[in-house]
Amino acid sequence: MNGITLTLRALHHGERSLAKQLSTAAERHHTEHEVHHVAQDLVLWSNDHCRRVAETGRHYELDLDGPPEKSAPGLVSTLREKSAEAVGRRPEPGLLLLHDLRELHLAAAGNSLYWEMLAQAGQAAKDDRLVELASFCHPRTLRQMRWTNTLIKTLSPQILTSV
Amino acid sequence: MGNWVDRIAEPWGGRTPYGRHQPWPARLDTYLAEGVGPDDVERWVQTASILHSDGDAMDIAVRDGAMVGVRGRVVDRVNRGRLGPKDAFGWQANASPDRLTRPLVRQGGRLVETDWDTAMDLVVSRSRALLQERGPGSIGFYTSGQLFLEEYYTLAVLARAGIGTNHLDGNTRLCTSTAAEALKESFGCDGQPGSYDDIDHADVIALFGHNIAETQPVQWMRILDRLDGSDPPCLICVDPRPTQVARRAAVHLAPRGGTNVALLNALLHEIIRTGRVDHEYVEARTVGFEELAKTVAPCTPEWAADICDVPAAKIREAAELLGTADKFLSTALQGVYQSHQATAAAVQINNLHLVRGMLGRPGAGVLQMNGQPTAQNTRECGANGDLPGFRNWENEAHVADLAKVWNVDPKSIPHYAPPTHAMQMFRYAEQGSLRMLWISGTNPAVSLPELSRIRSILGQERLFTVVQDLFLTETAQLADVVLPGATWGEKTGTFTNADRTVHLSDRAVEPPGEAKPDLDIFLDYARRMDFRDKDGGPLVTWRDPESAFEAWKRCSAGRPCDYTGLAYGKLRGASGIQWPCNAQAPEGTDRLYGDGIAWAHPDACETYGKDLVTGASVSVAEYRSLNPDGKAVLKAAEYLPPHEEPGGDHPFQLTTGRTLYHFHTRTKTGRTPQLNAAAPDVWVEISAADAAAEGLGEGDLVDVTTPRGSLRGRLRVTGIRPGLLFVPFHYGYWDAPSGCGPDASTPGRAANETTITDWDPVSKQPLFKTAAAAIALVERADGRPSAAPTTTASAPVPALAVPATEGGPAAHVLEVREPDADNSPGSAR
Repeated sequence: MNGITLTLRALHHGERSLAKQLSTAAERHHTEHEVHHVAQDLVLWSNDHCRRVAETGRHYELDLDGPPEKSAPGLVSTLREKSAEAVGRRPEPGLLLLHDLRELHLAAAGNSLYWEMLAQAGQAAKDDRLVELASFCHPRTLRQMRWTNTLIKTLSPQILTSV
Repeated sequence: MGNWVDRIAEPWGGRTPYGRHQPWPARLDTYLAEGVGPDDVERWVQTASILHSDGDAMDIAVRDGAMVGVRGRVVDRVNRGRLGPKDAFGWQANASPDRLTRPLVRQGGRLVETDWDTAMDLVVSRSRALLQERGPGSIGFYTSGQLFLEEYYTLAVLARAGIGTNHLDGNTRLCTSTAAEALKESFGCDGQPGSYDDIDHADVIALFGHNIAETQPVQWMRILDRLDGSDPPCLICVDPRPTQVARRAAVHLAPRGGTNVALLNALLHEIIRTGRVDHEYVEARTVGFEELAKTVAPCTPEWAADICDVPAAKIREAAELLGTADKFLSTALQGVYQSHQATAAAVQINNLHLVRGMLGRPGAGVLQMNGQPTAQNTRECGANGDLPGFRNWENEAHVADLAKVWNVDPKSIPHYAPPTHAMQMFRYAEQGSLRMLWISGTNPAVSLPELSRIRSILGQERLFTVVQDLFLTETAQLADVVLPGATWGEKTGTFTNADRTVHLSDRAVEPPGEAKPDLDIFLDYARRMDFRDKDGGPLVTWRDPESAFEAWKRCSAGRPCDYTGLAYGKLRGASGIQWPCNAQAPEGTDRLYGDGIAWAHPDACETYGKDLVTGASVSVAEYRSLNPDGKAVLKAAEYLPPHEEPGGDHPFQLTTGRTLYHFHTRTKTGRTPQLNAAAPDVWVEISAADAAAEGLGEGDLVDVTTPRGSLRGRLRVTGIRPGLLFVPFHYGYWDAPSGCGPDASTPGRAANETTITDWDPVSKQPLFKTAAAAIALVERADGRPSAAPTTTASAPVPALAVPATEGGPAAHVLEVREPDADNSPGSAR
């Protein structure tokens, strides 16, 4: 296990976990329609990153899974969506939304820094495979961060001054 | 002399063929009420059409203080004297007996008549209480695409600087926000690049999701006249329905709903692959080509054929036409704007023109269309989620400039976040932070998606709803205060069509009862609220339409939509004039961007742009480094699958849309005898193959159901794309037994019972074109056909299956070819 494989593992874990957080946020904020729909679109990017890291990992003797299979809506996710609808008429979930967006942003920022490390390591090691992987995925991670930042900027004036 | 034509049966009337680069010949259309001859008309009063975005210039005939007919204005550049069916007949709705004539307030759960003082006192006291207890963010305004420029501007000033709220948007959000956003993304700023005159010069015209024959029928007359003349253009039509445009197209592509980006990326792929890029233009005028080329490199016609379900060969054929055209014109409307990835797709249409260098010259242009007659003004006056005059809310210098015009502190104009869009306002109302919503000139209880949700939001006790309208609409019935508005023909003002042509619309008759012009209502509110500027003077300094127009001219000075060269006197008696109109261009400007991309510089642009997939803002620093010299931005977008796809219990794709004979939620067209009779009730379109497979036929009564709700209508079997159902969105409940929404007496009738709450994250325009639906038989037709017109995209298959749509003598319009330029009256009937 060297620094490169450690970084690949960390990215694999980070993208899987961001995908999961995005899915959970999409369910929990079912009544915030833009968050609900775009978060699901962004899951696709993290899943794709996960797949690409796993593929690349094979060249470094890593055996990493692909993204989790999309399961049918289970009890927990249905419960999350129903509870979102139940409190959809109340202002307090707005604070939870800002909290979740912040967590998503930090998770994406964590991944972004790993992509930075991987790209640097790839350049130092003259390893084109790593540089290509990072230069494909990193811009999308930055776009995930800009999305959460934009939503926080747009929504917080209303949410924080009305509760 | 002239011809009498049944303009319900023949909506586009007779032909006046003309050749390429020739001027479009005039044709004077006149319609007068039964028993009225030209000599009976006391006055002709100048105006333009208010029932679509084309801006057909017309005169209202007045006798004994009443409207008795209309005629086209031959001098006008837009229509050269022609009228569409809605122009010819729609004016009759003004005199409907059920017009609102007095304010209403809710007492003990019922709306009761009252006087203006009582109603306005209620609105003002609630506004003051909310400002004190909850702040300006608790008040929102939802306006229209059907008021006048002067009214939007006044509303924008009182909402943004008077109340100080960020929550002001128009129903233009549903019709034209993607057009605005796509122009902003590509050119840094809103503003229609092309001109209708480009129809005269183009050799290829591509219509993307734009059923122009039904939405702007007079411009379709122009295309038909060119098709019948020498050197006619080739049409490319992208539409899943067999529209009149599709029937006349050289290439018709009928893609699966929600796949426009895949199709457009394949067209760009082909143009690049076949070496049709104007590299000199791209180098001089654009940034971002490399990224675009990289994004579309894998998007072969075969790849797109799989996604869109159209033959790859046809995609190649369309690309070949675009790639070899001498001058091509593209237009886009709701098939793009109300569909999945709306802005991303509309931007790729701009990209087709930029990579081919086809912009700003006669015949080479883009028309990102509007649906509504005055939507352009909602946008430019700052009532559609932007600051007035296309100022950039993120640019402190722009905000300071606006504050100077209004003589207020910049901090009193909210600009810490983007102006709130309509769907978000309804969400704030749902979640309880928005407590007062003032709705003017629109009917969200029929036009917004997922109506059960909208009705429940508007029906909340804690939300104080003010509705300003002509009739007791489905929305007005849910209001706390209803204010009776005067409409077109009863008030004076200006409005601007989809190709930037500004028209004056004069008052012809008095409004009914105590109804007031929307401008007067807003001015009254501003006065009662006592809004002040920073020196203690009144914030709103004007008192009538003309002084409001003069105030707007000061706000527009030096902006892309510069009106300083216009005046009521200049517009009266003449043709409409295209903005910008100022000292440098006193006769207006036919096309933008002929001499470079004027408003994309970082210091000038209206926006720094957004991510086309996520809607995230691009920062000023990023924009500066990407586009330091202010060129057009070639923005690439990857295709994403739609959020709701057919399958399982909901095997059909469902799209909603328009028909020629109606406008919006039929508040006027449903009260116009000829138009109502042409399409009196909702229907459901299905392909012949699907009808056969489901054992269904013409006229069968069916339920169409989605996860949100259902509607009931009679079936029309057409040449629509298999797998797709179509329902017109115009129908609601005011003329159904229940009056307001579905109940035990009235099954669902509005298409929006079924639509999904989802919007394009970039333009925030709701999606109406991609829902998954099921269909179920309720009752056999038993010989009764559906109410769908036979003259339009809803034509039956086989053609003779149902009686043809006709208007009879009551729909006869007099058409005179080669009329005198002074609109001399036609011969008596």
